[in-house]
Amino acid sequence: MKYDIIVVGGGHAGCEAAHATSKLGHKTALITGNINNIADMPCNPSIGGTAKGIVVREIDALGGLMGKIADQSHIQLKMLNNSKGPAVRSLRAQADKITYPKIMLETLQTLSNLNIIEAMVKKILVKKSKIEGIELEDGTKYFCNALILTTGTYLKSKILIGCDIKEEGPHGEKSSYFLSESLKEQGFELLRLKTGTPQRIDRKTIDFDKIKAEEGDKTHWSFSFDTIPTYDVHNQEKCYITYTNDKTHKIINDNLKKSAMYSGNIKGTGTRYCPSIEDKIVRFADKERHQLFLEPESLYYDDMYLQGFSTSMPIAVQEEMVKSLPGLENAKILQYAYAIEYDAINPLQLKPSLETKLIENLFTAGQINGTSGYEEAASQGLIAGINASRKLTNQEAFILKRNEAYIGVLIDDLVTKGTLEPYRLLTSRAEFRLILRHDNADLRLREHGYKIGLIDQKRYDRLLEKKANINNLISKLKTKKLTKSNIPSAILKKLNIETLNTGYSLYEFAKRPEIKLNDYFNANIIDNWPNEIVEAVEFHIKYEGYIAKTYKEVEKMLKLEEKQIPANINYDNIKNIASEAKEKLKKIKPLNIAQASRISGVNPVDISLLVIYLKKEYGKNE
Amino acid sequence: MDSTICAVSTAIGSGAISIIRCSGKDAIKIVNSVFSGVNLEKVLSHTIHYGFINFKNEKIDEVLVSVMRSPKTFTTEDIVEINSHGGIATTNKILEILLTSGCKLAEAGEFTKRAFLNGRIDLLEAEAVGDLILSETENSRKLAINQITGSLSHKINNIRQKLISLQANIEVNIDYPEYDDILVLTAEILKPTLTSITGELQRLLVDSKNGKIIKNGLDVAIIGQPNVGKSSILNALLEENKAIVTNIPGTTRDIVEGKISLNGIILNIIDTAGLRVTSDQVEKIGVEKSREICNLADLIIYVIDNTTKNIFEDLKYLKTLSHKPAIVFINKDDKNSNIKTSELKDYQFVFGNTIKTSGLNNLKNKIVEIFNLEELETKDFSYLSSARQISLVSKAISVIEEALKALENGASIDLISIDIKKCYELLGEIVGETYKEDLLDELFSKFCLGK
Repeated sequence: MKYDIIVVGGGHAGCEAAHATSKLGHKTALITGNINNIADMPCNPSIGGTAKGIVVREIDALGGLMGKIADQSHIQLKMLNNSKGPAVRSLRAQADKITYPKIMLETLQTLSNLNIIEAMVKKILVKKSKIEGIELEDGTKYFCNALILTTGTYLKSKILIGCDIKEEGPHGEKSSYFLSESLKEQGFELLRLKTGTPQRIDRKTIDFDKIKAEEGDKTHWSFSFDTIPTYDVHNQEKCYITYTNDKTHKIINDNLKKSAMYSGNIKGTGTRYCPSIEDKIVRFADKERHQLFLEPESLYYDDMYLQGFSTSMPIAVQEEMVKSLPGLENAKILQYAYAIEYDAINPLQLKPSLETKLIENLFTAGQINGTSGYEEAASQGLIAGINASRKLTNQEAFILKRNEAYIGVLIDDLVTKGTLEPYRLLTSRAEFRLILRHDNADLRLREHGYKIGLIDQKRYDRLLEKKANINNLISKLKTKKLTKSNIPSAILKKLNIETLNTGYSLYEFAKRPEIKLNDYFNANIIDNWPNEIVEAVEFHIKYEGYIAKTYKEVEKMLKLEEKQIPANINYDNIKNIASEAKEKLKKIKPLNIAQASRISGVNPVDISLLVIYLKKEYGKNE
Repeated sequence: MDSTICAVSTAIGSGAISIIRCSGKDAIKIVNSVFSGVNLEKVLSHTIHYGFINFKNEKIDEVLVSVMRSPKTFTTEDIVEINSHGGIATTNKILEILLTSGCKLAEAGEFTKRAFLNGRIDLLEAEAVGDLILSETENSRKLAINQITGSLSHKINNIRQKLISLQANIEVNIDYPEYDDILVLTAEILKPTLTSITGELQRLLVDSKNGKIIKNGLDVAIIGQPNVGKSSILNALLEENKAIVTNIPGTTRDIVEGKISLNGIILNIIDTAGLRVTSDQVEKIGVEKSREICNLADLIIYVIDNTTKNIFEDLKYLKTLSHKPAIVFINKDDKNSNIKTSELKDYQFVFGNTIKTSGLNNLKNKIVEIFNLEELETKDFSYLSSARQISLVSKAISVIEEALKALENGASIDLISIDIKKCYELLGEIVGETYKEDLLDELFSKFCLGK
């Protein structure tokens, strides 16, 4: 059997990849170990959150699925950081763990170019450093022109609860032993990573009177730019907050030796972003309490996810630990916390297109690349899908820059800096986050989506309309002037002045912190506009100075990105370059000077040597 | 190579003139912005123009400026060369002005490097200079780092540590908004912290001025009406210090009449023509000259005769120099006086004479007091020594000041973090560290987060 593209793994990366390739007209097979685990959410029941919420919007802007499906499956929705500034606002949904995968599967099943196959893959087939296909554990072979591996945490995965070790993946699924070996045989350098997930508590056994409820926003939100939200804001599920205490800490300290992390059973590198509770208590010994969240997983069953309490303690200790928490004195644990260890490939072996450097037409995305998180996985899946399909149609790879999208930051970090722990996106990783906002993801990326072919004409037209509306409102604000005679008293009051000496445009007035565009609408000076237009224009006016600063920095970076490094460069020929820098450059093969300068261990002096060498060897045509 | 660079191209301190060279796409624009004379942006290429370098409404120096437009120049970029008078103070001042106006200080060999990179000199030449350029870059970088040993880099690192702690806290507030155990940085918390950081940076600048004082001494101008005893004061001061009386060209282009040592600090005494508000053209030039000297001096000793009839008239000229530290010295205190001290309440003043050996003690004590010389003498020698460092600290201060202003206007924390990061980077350039992964390390070592 032959396909244009095969995707191995049906998690968030695999789903987006298979959706993109089949939408772009390629006959695609999605191979998964268990069709019931398509778009499974084995860890936290949320989609979005800081930085990640913006990624979901970016996925949507480019034509991916995650935002649209999250809009149909959330049971609580919140805008985070509303008070901390427009640049860092981010949506977070409690997604129903039953509904989300269900809608995803249904969506994929409607795609005419896509076949979903239930099977375990044993190895990849390679001929002359080019991908040929895969072989299943039963010996069946499938051939393809491009292969996308999105195997998540299933490569040689081990589940650890205390001293109890099981060779399996999440949800008791079979671990993929042979595929990992096959990648090693092909020359891939593998990393051993570790992550974990906390307990699930039976909702019926929680004393909710003792813990604080966290409700969803009373405003309508949506991830997708195409969703018109209609859900009932007053009828959302609640999350809850509880805390550890002295008793919890004592139980943990007394049993530290039994934890898989501290007994030496775990070899993988854990993540700083999801430390286990024993880790937190050891490292932050003087902290009196640690905050924990209880989050509903679904409307269809009673599991509450105990965020912040992941551990690799044995079952008996976990029972004691959980029961020491306020509100959980009589809690029934439905699923114990566990740590999971798995293989990932070193992402430095990838090109920014997510194609591997070793094997042509082999792409990888998601946790196999060393990341953590559904959103990180989905966005890579989308990019791998787009690029696999572009490769087969001889189009230039689609690479998002750091100033264009969080997705660009994520992939550039992975392929330039690598990672030693499961990589999580944070807003602080984005140096240009002021222009990578939740509200402008469509303005930034939808045009790309349209050109790639994942955004249809109707959706694209809506973007053009939004752009036109923004310009329209700006020019109205610039033309209309307020003078002594026509300034409304409400505005004077806001400005805390008696009278106006000179006239200014509405635009100029709006720069003042006291004045909001809404004040104009309320005073009937100009007509009201839709919220998303007002938000965009207000941001543009109020933060002009800071936006300009950011663009100045962007310009600096782009100038360096223009300086391409030829693929056939021989770093050994560059005299005086530090040996550490040389090794890194050889391994990472940066595409341009900007990327080279971001590699840790490559210093400014090395960069100037490199620039001079390029001038000398490749003359002025760079 | 998109930046515009500048450097002093002649050996500093010797020679009658100094040339400050400026190369890059904004060279003409930047120099024009501090130049009074013709509009340099409109002049023909390869022409020379007379005018002044001004800064904040102050005339710094009378100069000749050569404008050479790309591509027929040494670097192939636009080049402007400023011919100024040769003293260290003036030359450095002009360099500093260019740095604060948008130029970057050229690294050693950078003009040559640009000439090569822009194809102005050929490969053979380039290979020969190549090693030189590179070793110089490496060395100058190391040098810059080594130079700032001990307490200065300690001070800078302390401030950077404060900035990155703030930044990490802001990042945690943004990335983990739902943790209520973590301090949320608000404008109220940030303002005093940022204000105290500006204070520390300002002190660094002050210290650097002190550093200059230790190294170069104080330029002291003695001025006053004719016949108030300026020359006697000069002679009396020098009398005790015969060993170092010479006519040495000073740190300004003016002739220093002599040097004395006060608490280990050199005072470069500059004599001036007598002052008189007059309509006589010749005398007017003399007065103008005195004013110029006063502008360049660190201290003015303004001499008044104890027997004066009209102190108000006497002080008229000093009033026009109000921005300079000045001591009013009332000479001839052995004679009867009509001066009421209440008339001098706005000034630092002392009485004295040149007849007794102790007659100038009050004056000397006052100088020691104003410049804190006693403390200076015992102070450690760490200070911002180069124009580059000073310009980086000045920039860092203005960035934080902007942040404070923005906070005042209700800007949100994520915007302020842009300024904090910028300040951190600027200070990092001084100690040779750049902004890379350290923020995340700080974040996760300080805060307890995650599922």
